[in-house]
Amino acid sequence: MAIFWVCVLAVSILFYVLLDGFDLGVGILFGFTRNEQRRREMLAAVAPLWDGNETWLIVAGVVLWGAFPVVYATLFSAFYLPLLVMLAGLILRGVAFEFRNKTEHMRWIWDLSFAAGSFVAAFVQGLMVGALVEGLPISDGQYAGGEFGWLSPFSLLCGVGLCLGYTLLGVCWLVRKCADEVRDAAYRLIPPLSIGLLLFLIVVFAYALGENLRIMSRWLERPYLLVFPAIGIVAAIVLAASVRRRRDEPPYYMVVLIFAAAFGTLAISFWPYMIPFTITIEDAAAPHSSLAFMFWGEGLFVFPLMLVYTAISYAVFRGKVRPASVNY
Amino acid sequence: MDATALLLSRLQFAFTISFHIVFPSFTIGLAAWLTILEALYLATGRPAYREVFEFWLKIFSVAFGLGVVSGIVMAFQFGTNWDVLARRTGPIQGVLLSYETFTAFFLEASFFGILLFGRSRVPPWFYLFSTAMVALGTTLSAFWIMVNNSWMQAPVGYAIENGEYVAADWSKILFSPVLWVRFPHMLLASYITGAFCVAATGAWYLLSEKFHAEARIMLSMGLLLGAVLVPVQLFFGHLTGDYVHDYQPAKFAAIEGRWHDQQPASEVLIAIPDPRSETNDYAIQIPVLGSLIGSMSFDSKEVGLTDFPSADRPPMIIPFFAFRIMVGCGLLMLLLAWVGSYLNVKGRIEQNRPLLWAIFLSFPLPFIAILTGWFTAEVGRQPWTVYGVLRTADSVTPFLTARAATISLIVFCSVYAFIFTFGVFYIHKLLRAGPAGALVRAPVAASPNRPMSVVDEPVTARSAHVEAGE
Repeated sequence: MAIFWVCVLAVSILFYVLLDGFDLGVGILFGFTRNEQRRREMLAAVAPLWDGNETWLIVAGVVLWGAFPVVYATLFSAFYLPLLVMLAGLILRGVAFEFRNKTEHMRWIWDLSFAAGSFVAAFVQGLMVGALVEGLPISDGQYAGGEFGWLSPFSLLCGVGLCLGYTLLGVCWLVRKCADEVRDAAYRLIPPLSIGLLLFLIVVFAYALGENLRIMSRWLERPYLLVFPAIGIVAAIVLAASVRRRRDEPPYYMVVLIFAAAFGTLAISFWPYMIPFTITIEDAAAPHSSLAFMFWGEGLFVFPLMLVYTAISYAVFRGKVRPASVNY
Repeated sequence: MDATALLLSRLQFAFTISFHIVFPSFTIGLAAWLTILEALYLATGRPAYREVFEFWLKIFSVAFGLGVVSGIVMAFQFGTNWDVLARRTGPIQGVLLSYETFTAFFLEASFFGILLFGRSRVPPWFYLFSTAMVALGTTLSAFWIMVNNSWMQAPVGYAIENGEYVAADWSKILFSPVLWVRFPHMLLASYITGAFCVAATGAWYLLSEKFHAEARIMLSMGLLLGAVLVPVQLFFGHLTGDYVHDYQPAKFAAIEGRWHDQQPASEVLIAIPDPRSETNDYAIQIPVLGSLIGSMSFDSKEVGLTDFPSADRPPMIIPFFAFRIMVGCGLLMLLLAWVGSYLNVKGRIEQNRPLLWAIFLSFPLPFIAILTGWFTAEVGRQPWTVYGVLRTADSVTPFLTARAATISLIVFCSVYAFIFTFGVFYIHKLLRAGPAGALVRAPVAASPNRPMSVVDEPVTARSAHVEAGE
């Protein structure tokens, strides 16, 4: 049972990263263009979908709470200030979708809050992952790092890295969904962003080696982990080829693969810990009565339905955004 | 534990949840009403229904957006500020709230996108289906929240193992009698909120003599719904009072303003409770009625607040006044809905401008009633988070500093104040602009009984009062 819920949790987080990743990325990119028509098309490419995407974050949160209450309580109270900042960012960017088309004089406020909110949310998410990888100070099952225990050069670096990654996802999404100008501009951004991301990965790797992070020993114990970087490299090559040939569909899926590979690497390096090297899955799992009740209802029946709803909304809004019908 | 951090966390929770509840309670009712409108439109083909639908959909989307973003905070706040509560009750509360996310949020989010952007992309029946799914989603969300909160009010079906609250019997939790009076109470409150907002908008348009056809639909449907639902709501309110009497006697005593045991008990209509002397000043009370309301008898003994050790007492002032404000709002709404519906059926409502004004100005009443109702329930539950078993003071994150809590409270207050101001401003703007198609306005001399189908010919020119900017 606990394993089932760990898998659901992992899938939810991965979905969140892949889906909200692209709309956060589009939000970050949004800040770099002044052209109103382009902005409308960028928004139209994510507007019907962002709410569902963000819901995966809540899914991850509540699965964590219901199935692994100890981890939920420990992590969320440890990340008090980062989560606050992330929530403020998500709130400000979320309302921007509804508010920006209600006004003209004050549209800049919502454009700013959309771009800045997206950036801040992405940055903080990366920062928290970085802090987890580096290891949070925990004693007696309680966080013991104080208000800023998550702050380090490494976690900040990871914040930047995730912003780069989300932006790359966003760019590839725009290539898929948009045409003409927006698509062409997006194509031009893929190479520099990919190289930036690659540099980031190299620096992270070097840092982890240099600081002798405990998580690195996992790589020596589990050589099969190397399959993930291999997948990442193949995906990167296909990405480069499809950008060169201006094929609109593959880039997004290739970046998805790169993200999935990175996520898989992290997940398996953590295993069997949920908070590295202090709390294992087994320690954290809720009592059987909770896991079973969740399994027989939401796990077995509602979870597949959720995937169906998501599929329906992606099917309804498939294809390129038609600039003429853009109502943002 | 830091006492200031505890107080700040409580303030923050009260503030964020009060802010949040305003929007779902509005959108639950509105989603149901949109479904009815869309079904009526498909069934009759009358353009006015479509106009009204499109119009309220815009307002719905702003309110829904505010509800969504303020709701995300709730999913995190239990962990950030209430570490111990989250840890101990996670096996129950976490599970219930995960059901909410799984069953409700995806329905809402996916189909809401279709509602806003998909009309041209899906067949009409699927569009109606999507509307109904959004309505179902909002209702399910309310259901799970009420399951969870009812468990906190009257914990059942659990056992304590290693300090954790473990579910011993889920069916007891899901079929708790407390839940099945409180959930309808909340749902009805939402429907009434929607009804009064719609009726108030209709009354406003009639007063300013615009959008006549749409205004008539809004006013009639809103008032009729109110006239039927408010009495049912008062009945469920009474049942809710019964559960408080049986399960939470200290809260009941606080609501009733009863400091000492009484037999037979009188009912305090209004007073100023004085916690220091443990008596009421300026009390107006009716003998025996207290026993009648509490136990349906003429001579029952009713419990006073001083029966409980002072560490287990809720504060009296807030539940006492909040409850009276809630009931007052309810009675006012009943009066308006009945008188309004009566005059509407008689065809005399449009001439009655004072009544139209009263209906127009009544839109805050349901919101006030919902907020004060929740203040009564939640403040009355103190000093416990899980009634009788886990104290609020023991629930807070032990290492939370007053500084961090101050920062978060300030951030939430300013962000919420910011988006609330703009949200209300934009909703007002949408309401003022009115339905987009602008069906023919009723001629000045129109008789109120004029068949509405006559005014349903759409015109191309927009009415002059649709203003462009702000």
